[in-house]
Amino acid sequence: MPHIDVPAGLAGPRGLMVLRPETAGPLSEMAEVLLRGPSTLSRAERELIGTYVSSENDCCYCQTIHGAVAAHYLDGDEELVRSVKQDFRHAAVSAKMKALLNIAGKVQQSGKSVTEKDVAEARDQGATDLEIHDTVLIAANFCMMNRYVDGLAAWTPEDPQFYRERAVKLADHGYLGSASR
Amino acid sequence: MPHIALPQGLPGIRAAMAFRPETAKPLNELVEVLLHNPNTLAPGERELIATYVSYLNDCFYCQTIHGAIAAANLNGDEELVKRVKADFQHADISAKLKALLVIAAKVQKGGKHVTAADVASARDHGATDLEIHDTVLIAAAFCMYNRYVDGLDTVQPRDEAAYIERGKQVAREGYVAVSKSYLPAEKEAR
Repeated sequence: MPHIDVPAGLAGPRGLMVLRPETAGPLSEMAEVLLRGPSTLSRAERELIGTYVSSENDCCYCQTIHGAVAAHYLDGDEELVRSVKQDFRHAAVSAKMKALLNIAGKVQQSGKSVTEKDVAEARDQGATDLEIHDTVLIAANFCMMNRYVDGLAAWTPEDPQFYRERAVKLADHGYLGSASR
Repeated sequence: MPHIALPQGLPGIRAAMAFRPETAKPLNELVEVLLHNPNTLAPGERELIATYVSYLNDCFYCQTIHGAIAAANLNGDEELVKRVKADFQHADISAKLKALLVIAAKVQKGGKHVTAADVASARDHGATDLEIHDTVLIAAAFCMYNRYVDGLDTVQPRDEAAYIERGKQVAREGYVAVSKSYLPAEKEAR
């Protein structure tokens, strides 16, 4: 039950965004640029970073919806998404992704937890400055969204099918204006 | 020393924003709405929330610049800012702001730490739904900004005097206007 009066029927951050459109605009734009904009990291990879950080932050809504979006981009591979959340070092993702997920995990704890060694490892696996930048910002952004959604106790549906259907909409139409669509 | 090749000569988050203007835009627009635009919470109050969360996250750059902007909004009262960081329950601020800072501190730990009792206490002291919403989002947003600034190991000058001047400028002009001085000129709107 949300801590404040939120329009009914809109899950996760959507009800909060309808309540406060002035902040919804920049929040949606951040998600759109970071997760779907032009990048040398695929959309699936970026959604996996968000899913992993949300899982570490124990945010049910965010990890489930972004996990569903990632799975959608990965031809329905929900098992891969689960393995990244549980133990990314042994998941079927590239060595570069593992190094970036390591950085994301450090950011989740604290910006100061990221060491030069973490960054060097990512570079050794081929990560560019832009990819490292975006990994840090995606992780930081999810540390915000997870706290926003759980801090206001936003509605978190339990049915996995809800998230699969919502994920298709997000994958097809993106995050801009997504709150009210 | 920054983990990636950020533009030199810009402190803290400004270097990261200049590196990636596409994300700088929503980052500046978000903080503009949250901390600078009209609100039933005064800018000084909102900057105190941001400063306090940044202090809890041990982010030097963010707590110093936002502490300076807070002070600029509070007649230069740097002592009040220090007091809020060290012991807000005994600082010279309203009971409502204290209740909102309790919520902000819980959000800093994790969203689920916010309880119905915390929210009820804020309401008892006159906080509206929007003020509670904004408190949670300010705290959450600073958990992002702090991680961004420290996660890239941006250069964070220790000369506090420079922050005071910058703080006054941001308090006067807002974040978006000031950002034009360190971001590349925007492309023509399509």
